[in-house]
Amino acid sequence: MYWEPDKECLNRDELEQLQIERLQSTLNRVYAHVPFYRKKFDAMGVLPEDVGSLPDLARLPFTTKDDVRGNYPYGLFAVPLRDVVRIHASSGATGTAAVVGYTRNDIKTWSNLAARVLTAAGVTKDDVVQISFGYGLFTGGLGLHYGAERIGASVIPASSGNTARQVKIMKDFKTTALVCTPSYALLVVETMRKMGIPVSALSLRHGLFGAEPWSEEIRKELQDALGITATDNYGLSEILGPGVSGECLERDGLHISEDHFLVEVIDPDTLRPVAPGQKGELVITTLTKEAFPMIRYRTRDLACLLEGQCRCGRTGRRMCRVKGRTDEMVIIKGVKVYPSQVESLLSEIGGGEPRCQIVIDRKGAVDEVTVLVEADEPTSRGKDRRQGGMEEALRKRLTNELGISVDVKLVEKNSLPRSGDKAGRVVDNRRL
Amino acid sequence: MLRIKNLESGYGRLKVLKKVTMHIGAGEIVTIIGANGAGKTSLLKTISGLIRPRSGEILFDMKDIGKLPAEKIVFMGCSLVPEGRQIFAPMTVRENILLGAYPQLRKNNGGAVRDDIERVYGIFPRLKEREKQLAGTLSGGEQQMLAIARALMARPKLIMMDEPSMGLSPLIMKDIFSIITRLREEGNTVLLVEQNAKAALGIADRGYVLETGRIIMQGAAEDLLSNRDVQRAYLGRDLDAEVTM
Repeated sequence: MYWEPDKECLNRDELEQLQIERLQSTLNRVYAHVPFYRKKFDAMGVLPEDVGSLPDLARLPFTTKDDVRGNYPYGLFAVPLRDVVRIHASSGATGTAAVVGYTRNDIKTWSNLAARVLTAAGVTKDDVVQISFGYGLFTGGLGLHYGAERIGASVIPASSGNTARQVKIMKDFKTTALVCTPSYALLVVETMRKMGIPVSALSLRHGLFGAEPWSEEIRKELQDALGITATDNYGLSEILGPGVSGECLERDGLHISEDHFLVEVIDPDTLRPVAPGQKGELVITTLTKEAFPMIRYRTRDLACLLEGQCRCGRTGRRMCRVKGRTDEMVIIKGVKVYPSQVESLLSEIGGGEPRCQIVIDRKGAVDEVTVLVEADEPTSRGKDRRQGGMEEALRKRLTNELGISVDVKLVEKNSLPRSGDKAGRVVDNRRL
Repeated sequence: MLRIKNLESGYGRLKVLKKVTMHIGAGEIVTIIGANGAGKTSLLKTISGLIRPRSGEILFDMKDIGKLPAEKIVFMGCSLVPEGRQIFAPMTVRENILLGAYPQLRKNNGGAVRDDIERVYGIFPRLKEREKQLAGTLSGGEQQMLAIARALMARPKLIMMDEPSMGLSPLIMKDIFSIITRLREEGNTVLLVEQNAKAALGIADRGYVLETGRIIMQGAAEDLLSNRDVQRAYLGRDLDAEVTM
């Protein structure tokens, strides 16, 4: 099943013509309407007219998360705010959010692209789709919500949280498709066990999981425990939200909507393209976005492009499932957490440059986070009151700012790895 | 059917078109909208071979026509209905139509011409009624019909029309646009250049927005109609004066 067969199965030659047309008009628009891009292009001595073919894309500058944050909130918008009908935001490494906007046409495009992902995963108008992504500034909830409505499915905007109620809804409303993060799906499985609800009591057939990396092992576990076909999908706010790519039922790579996005894979150190099929950082250029076009956005996500055609008949190139990050960002309970963000919060609270380490464990299906912070003075085994008070204050503040509950433990000075040692700041004990 | 890549052209030292890339699929109505002087007519003239491209390629049915003389391009099936009709006023309607059959006669396909005339008269009964009249005595709308009829006589695969609604009353304009829709229904492919963006986007499948020689937007006609920049610049909607709920 395809949502837009004429576009999803376009032959390569026609697709490339469409891509270059859309790329050139996007470049003409950003150069005319977004001072940030004009300055950057001028500094590199490159004009929109210099891009005559798709490989010429490599002559353009990259855009980074810092660029987006540096233009907070609306600096990168290519249309006046009165043309924007929706604003979303994603968390950033040092607290400043990346703000993105959508015109009416952008929302229409987004709905269609989310509908493609849902259709590829087997969802039809006859499905009852429970969306257990957070609704709000996060793009996951509303993005797939609009896509599912576009298809004509019955959509339950369950949002995240209150898992027992979610399970009850799933059973009573006869939900056939569950849309959430894979870690939340695991929590659903565990909650069902606790509530004594067998999978036979559910009507579930499809699971669409995204917004964080997950393994084939977890896929098997979720498919078995929920009696579903579980598919992966990918997207990010700076580019669109969910709908950039998604697996079909073959579950052999994620089909990129290449008529709307150009995807490159680069070596994050040399910034040069990797050899075909090699893993590297995904760099994405939008081809149809009106309000928030992006030129060569460095996603920090590591993946590769797959060779060859998929059996499903779609011609859009596939990417492998995301295999990690080029930075130290970790996704905990669907929330992006950057060690640098934690460090800057700690220094805000306690002054100085406290050394810390983030330890993540998964107890059952629930992620538990402990932030180890080096104390200024020797810590006592018996935990005096002052130390306990400090831990409590840090815990409250971090929980508040990060949006997930964390535990804080003070540890001896110089007991943690140096902050220059990049790998040492996060210890992820989860089985992803 | 038509595929253009990085087309640049102009007059003398003046570069009008800057890296224009676009395509038209068989059976589509595609419109180019843009302000006066944006390069719309230059684009059609360049495709027709009336202006030489400076660089870039124009593929018609996968053959490069960028260096061909204008008449060869017509022979290949790409006809232009020029801006301002350009009919021959002192000749009769029928004679004007027959002029369009020149490519068919050159191909020794003269026998088909009679059928072709009947076919275009079928589309434009008004022209049949006036076939012996001098073309100069026709109304603006009839002259436009004549210009289209003349182009159809070459049996084009692609018909390009430059401002067909120019100078016509709204009612006649509606007739012309319904004829364009009908031509498409009969399997023709149409490239339509129009200042009346609203009417053009109303019948087109897709559109390109040309601004100072560059394509700044492209997409499905309905998406362009709902784009606020297009509305402000070409549809004459004063958005700021509109109260939105």
